[in-house]
Amino acid sequence: MNEHEIRKSFPILHQEVNGHPLVYLDNAATSQKPIQVIEAIENYYKKNNSNVHRGVHTLGNRATEAYEGAREKVASFINAGSSHEIVFTRGTTTALNLVAQSYARAFLKEGDEIVITPAEHHSNLIPWQQAAKATGATLKYIPLQEDGTVSLENVRKTITHRTKLVSIAYVSNVLGTINPIKEIAHIAHGHGAILVVDGAQSTPHLKVDVQELDCDFYAFSGHKMLGPTGIGALYGKRKWLEKMEPVEFGGEMIDFVDLYDSTWKEIPWKFEGGTPIIAGAVGLGAAIDFLQEIGMNEIAAHERKLVQYAFEKLEGIDGITIYGPRKGRSGVITFNLDHVHPHDVATVLDAEGVAVRAGHHCCQPLMKWLNVTATARASMYLYNTEEDIDRFINALIKTKEYFSHVLG
Amino acid sequence: MSLDDLYRRVIMDHYQKPRNRGTIEDGAVTVNLNNPTCGDRIQLQMRIEDEKIAEAKFVGEGCSISMASASMMTEAVRGLSLDDAMKMAELFSLMMQGKDIDPESYGLDIGDIEALQGVSKFPARIKCATLAWKAMEKGCGECKLKSE
Ligand SMILES: Cc1ncc(COP(=O)(O)O)c(C=O)c1O
Repeated sequence: MNEHEIRKSFPILHQEVNGHPLVYLDNAATSQKPIQVIEAIENYYKKNNSNVHRGVHTLGNRATEAYEGAREKVASFINAGSSHEIVFTRGTTTALNLVAQSYARAFLKEGDEIVITPAEHHSNLIPWQQAAKATGATLKYIPLQEDGTVSLENVRKTITHRTKLVSIAYVSNVLGTINPIKEIAHIAHGHGAILVVDGAQSTPHLKVDVQELDCDFYAFSGHKMLGPTGIGALYGKRKWLEKMEPVEFGGEMIDFVDLYDSTWKEIPWKFEGGTPIIAGAVGLGAAIDFLQEIGMNEIAAHERKLVQYAFEKLEGIDGITIYGPRKGRSGVITFNLDHVHPHDVATVLDAEGVAVRAGHHCCQPLMKWLNVTATARASMYLYNTEEDIDRFINALIKTKEYFSHVLG
Repeated sequence: MSLDDLYRRVIMDHYQKPRNRGTIEDGAVTVNLNNPTCGDRIQLQMRIEDEKIAEAKFVGEGCSISMASASMMTEAVRGLSLDDAMKMAELFSLMMQGKDIDPESYGLDIGDIEALQGVSKFPARIKCATLAWKAMEKGCGECKLKSE
């Protein structure tokens, strides 16, 4: 993999910010888009735009083919059994809410348990809080180990015969930990529970095979994997999707409509009420093509190399605290600098052209667990280089010096 | 973009040695505010006597800008009438929008607060600076409602 070659496809990376070449290290929030994705969307609007699943005219046909073609790409990208198991959504958040609204509310009752971890993104936490409140089920947490990882022993201790649903991120957006999904699925299924996976941070960075993982649902967003915002997907095993009721009703999703009753289309269309995000799906399809051409294993290896490199350099800076484990993590480094608030870190880095995130990263319970109110986070992707890391480290050293100066 | 506009010495001084940090035991108006996007939070307490802010104290967690701003604000509003304090909040908001303001024309002494002027050049940080002021405005508004 040649990241320098890859960078050529990303026009946004070639600019100066505050007088310095941009170093974009906020990929866990959203990734940049290659020209191939931008052009796919442009091309769709220039040549094929039309509504889907209704027109009998040529453009209507092209739009439908583009939209359904994107669904096929998503299915093969995560190795779903069939494209019928892919529901297009606005992103991870809507996908998880769909499971919470449709599956959880219909199939959970008082006395049942929903199991998650304290490290979850708010999008994989609040829908379950709400589902628990609506059904009378109990929300339970798998305790984290000291380094922030999830041990199978704790998973076994938390999941019981009452557990009906387990939901966990494949990769943490703060700690970068990679959870043992396959093993957790095995434990959950052993107790008759289903496993929902928040794939927001895994799908862009790792080769994902939902059949191999044996999860029941898998949610992810297009915008974190080179695609546009506003599009994402929910994978669900056919047997569940078929039993589930839609949560949005209206056009597109119906089979027959009568004055007092109606019937739904088959899966996945019954879950896609209204005119869908057609250009978004087309853009996501182009993003998948781009990623597959490079190869997900190559991307993962590149990020492993970068994060390793960054760690070696960071170890030379004192006064820095890095959260989460050293090993077995994705390209996310969450840290704090002694005596400097992460917002102040991010502002000084920005002045050096380095974009990182500061705040609670939509993980307030995890921040509490870490005993901090906020952290700074540098997150990498396929177009980042060792020079980016060097620039980040140098800017960090400058930040330290700057504050030791202004704080006197 | 000059960082020194943002991290002025007085600001860092207030950050390191916050004035009026703490709580007021009784008879105080209490406002809790947080900035949900970053997790900064503040609890502001004001003791009101004769429609005037006799004392203002805060506790909270946040970045240098938010904490320094709280420290400066509690200094500046002490002794002000509720109306003047609210006027000062308005002035501060204009300042954050980068407007050239003349505190004298408002008849107010803004003291160290002028040092926060530079925040207006860092749009991402304006919310940090305004948190304490929002709390103060809210507290004054509640007091006025009660006294009416
Ligand atoms: C782990 C995780 N889950 C869920 C989400 C939510 O994704 P979206 O905002 O695209 O719905 C994110 C991204 O912010 C995330 O990092």
